Amino acid sequence: MPELDSAMLSRLLTSMTLGFHIIFATLGVGVPLLISGAEWIGIRRNDEHYRLLARRWTRGFVVTVAVGVVTGTCIGLQLSLLWPSFMEVAGQVIGLPLFLETFAFFFEAIFLGIYLYTWDRFKNPYYHWLLSVPVVIGSTLSAFFISTVNAFMNSPKGFKLENGQITEIQPLIAMFNPATPTKASHVISSAYLTSAFVLAALTAFLILKKGQSAYYKKALHFTMVTAFVFAISTAVIGDFSGKYLAEYQPEKLAAAEWHFETEKGADLIVGGVLDENNEVKYGLRLPNFLSILAHGDPNAEVTGLEEFPEDEWAPLFIHYLFDAMVGIGMFLAALSTAYLILSKWKKEWSLSKLFLWAIIISGPLAMLAIEFGWIFSEVGRQPWILWHVMETKDGATTSEHVGSMFILFFALYVVLGWICTIVLLKMFRNNPVETEFEEQLDR
Amino acid sequence: MEIQLIGITVLWIFLYGYLIVASIDFGAGFFAYYGTITKKDHIINNIISRYLSPVWEVTNVFFVFFFVGLVGFFPSTAYYYGTALLVPGSIALVLLTIRGSFYAFGNYGAKESHLYTFLYGATGLLIPASLSTALTISEGGFITVENDSVVFLVDELFTSFYSWSVVFLAIVSVLYISAMFLSFYASKAKDTQALALLRKFALFWSPPTILASFLVFLALRNHNIEHFNRMLDYSYLFILSFICFNIAVWFVYHNKRYGTAFIFVMLQFFFAFFGYGASHLPYILYPYITIDTGFTNETMGVALVIAFIAGLLLLIPSLILLMRMFLFDAKYVEGTRDSR
Ligand code: HDD
Ligand code: HEM
Ligand code: HEM
Repeated sequence: MPELDSAMLSRLLTSMTLGFHIIFATLGVGVPLLISGAEWIGIRRNDEHYRLLARRWTRGFVVTVAVGVVTGTCIGLQLSLLWPSFMEVAGQVIGLPLFLETFAFFFEAIFLGIYLYTWDRFKNPYYHWLLSVPVVIGSTLSAFFISTVNAFMNSPKGFKLENGQITEIQPLIAMFNPATPTKASHVISSAYLTSAFVLAALTAFLILKKGQSAYYKKALHFTMVTAFVFAISTAVIGDFSGKYLAEYQPEKLAAAEWHFETEKGADLIVGGVLDENNEVKYGLRLPNFLSILAHGDPNAEVTGLEEFPEDEWAPLFIHYLFDAMVGIGMFLAALSTAYLILSKWKKEWSLSKLFLWAIIISGPLAMLAIEFGWIFSEVGRQPWILWHVMETKDGATTSEHVGSMFILFFALYVVLGWICTIVLLKMFRNNPVETEFEEQLDR
Repeated sequence: MEIQLIGITVLWIFLYGYLIVASIDFGAGFFAYYGTITKKDHIINNIISRYLSPVWEVTNVFFVFFFVGLVGFFPSTAYYYGTALLVPGSIALVLLTIRGSFYAFGNYGAKESHLYTFLYGATGLLIPASLSTALTISEGGFITVENDSVVFLVDELFTSFYSWSVVFLAIVSVLYISAMFLSFYASKAKDTQALALLRKFALFWSPPTILASFLVFLALRNHNIEHFNRMLDYSYLFILSFICFNIAVWFVYHNKRYGTAFIFVMLQFFFAFFGYGASHLPYILYPYITIDTGFTNETMGVALVIAFIAGLLLLIPSLILLMRMFLFDAKYVEGTRDSR
């Protein structure tokens, strides 16, 4: 059992804040895309249903954005408060994207403010829609910039370290390091996917409760088609992420796959348990699949954990997190494909109770996949805070008060999460679609 | 100009921006709460929420911009301030979080709630008080380095006359700036009832603002005489600031030109803030970090400045658009537009 020193507590507090922030951040990246899409379709087809959809989503979105903003502010400052030594070093090399991110926030915040309060201000409805474009761009760019920072932690490039001194700094190389393409695209694509499924789940739930209506059916169709597109892209990019790991961080992949010996034609292990000799029991073995995931070739050689000193192995439980993420990814892709097929051939099946329930659970599942994926990726980087440059324990604060701060923030997030849920529920209950639709037509 | 100086100037400008927009926001929270308990909320709360709703997130970004930029340009501030300020920083964060989220919950979500308004009002005074201590600490004497670790001298801070005078200044100037701005907004909205009340607040809080400023001068003289003497070199800026204060109050007192009055309030703080900042140099954290020792490398500095210029090209038009929609649009300000 690792002891609870200030480094360990800092890790816990960082994980808690990020784990909470990511829920709202993911929606913050993805939901604007869906809002913008719905409004656009609504204007183009002159369909009031879609425009109402955009309005109602926006109203809930404002509340989740607010929580995203405040928790983001927390993590932003906590990076310096909890990891002062790390930030002092990293700041010199990777300060650029962090700084750029604040411009993306600015851009998003300004246009979101305008978008919210100008629904009926313009004669030409496209003007209002145009205001949503900077919101989409701003939030996606902020996800991009912060992902490059995280990519840098996994694959630090663009500087030289000589006797503790950092020299030859190249900010753009640091930012566009080898991990950036897969990291940023997987994060963005999975945020779109998750937001689409969360909104689809909400819609499916309302259909079950209130019965079918043209409004809900359009909402379901729109969100599920979006979900399908991003389920496929997320899985494809996920496959590229595996290839990135095989090339640049082979021990992370090996730890995730419980792959101990370097071998050709490696099998992929799903599930299972490890005994004390690190033998895998009860797992499902997919022959040669690991070689395919790692190199796209069933007979390629995959590096095993044996080639690395044992004190540099990441905790092996990340295997389950990886499996859960991929499992959920497969399920989401299958579900949205099935929806597409059914909606063409057997429409009533796609609105059956069973199918709707499957969609309802897919919303929370997608969010879980985000959490699992991040924890896998972050814990899999251990013991490094900067891969092969700085160890996590050397980056942490030396303050003795991290424990009490953990309790403080824990209480804060509990209260925040709880009230946020109540406020959202109340908002939708007090404002049924039917009455609002009539109001909108009157305007 | 040297790149370090450009860096600190950029950051200082944004901190000044935050000072103004956040003061309006913090003070408004307090007035809204005061309005509720004195049953005058129907008079002023409409004005307040009409201004605040579209801009609160932007206000927050000013703050984020400042601290992210500070770590970018001067990474060693992360080390010193980060290690020393874990507890006060976390408390300020919790307050900010409560404030921001409850504002949104109250305003966009559920109906008005007394608890939300109270939290919103109380945090409006506590946050400036706690954030201002970061500047207090920068004067030196509250952080020491013992065997390679940074120690924050809490007792010193709580017993220092200087530190309390800064807290006092922070709180009263928040109320003063906010009342001045809201008077302008109310006059623009032609809301005479709200204007009468807000004008009273503005006049009420102006003498304490000047009093507090003098107190801070005196206290700094005892606390860091070196800085005090450099401030005297810039005394013309502080005199300008005082003149602007008088003009602003004169306009409000004579019940005219609230817009011009607010511009003079901004100038008043601009001169004082830059006089303070310029005389603070070269130190960022006395005596450990100066703008030279704490600076990131040249390459990163240049990259950040380029990013900053590119960013401004994007931001300035957007901010102008925002202001035209909500600050200079008479119909919106008067509340006759169907906004939602
Ligand atoms: C809805 C969310 C979701 C879904 C369905 C998937 N992923 Fe994922 N995955 C993420 C959400 C995510 C993430 C949360 O966005 C992570 C965490 C860190 C990162 O870069 O992205 C991630 C990381 C991540 C990594 C580690 C990258 C690294 O540490 O650098 C790999 C190898 C994969 N994923 C592979 C996959 C594969 C093969 C999937 C097959 C379907 C898959 N992911 C589905
Ligand atoms: C260490 C990691 C992170 C830090 C330091 C961080 C920092 C921040 C900060 C400071 C804010 C508030 C900005 C404001 O005032 O408007 C914020 C909000 C936001 N963050 Fe994060 N963030 C992190 C991780 C992420 C990730 C991984 C994503 C995307 C997948 C993300 C996406 C967002 C978005 C979209 C917002 C805007 C609020 C919203 O729309 O919900 N953040 N973040
Ligand atoms: C938003 C989604 C994210 C989640 C859920 C997440 C989760 C975690 C977890 C679980 C840890 C603890 C790992 C351990 O110590 O075993 C951690 C550590 C950390 N993460 Fe992340 N992370 C996210 C994104 C990011 C991003 C975008 C950055 C960089 C900008 C980042 C920076 C850090 C740092 C500095 C640590 C502490 C050092 C370490 O433990 O290696 N995280 N995160």
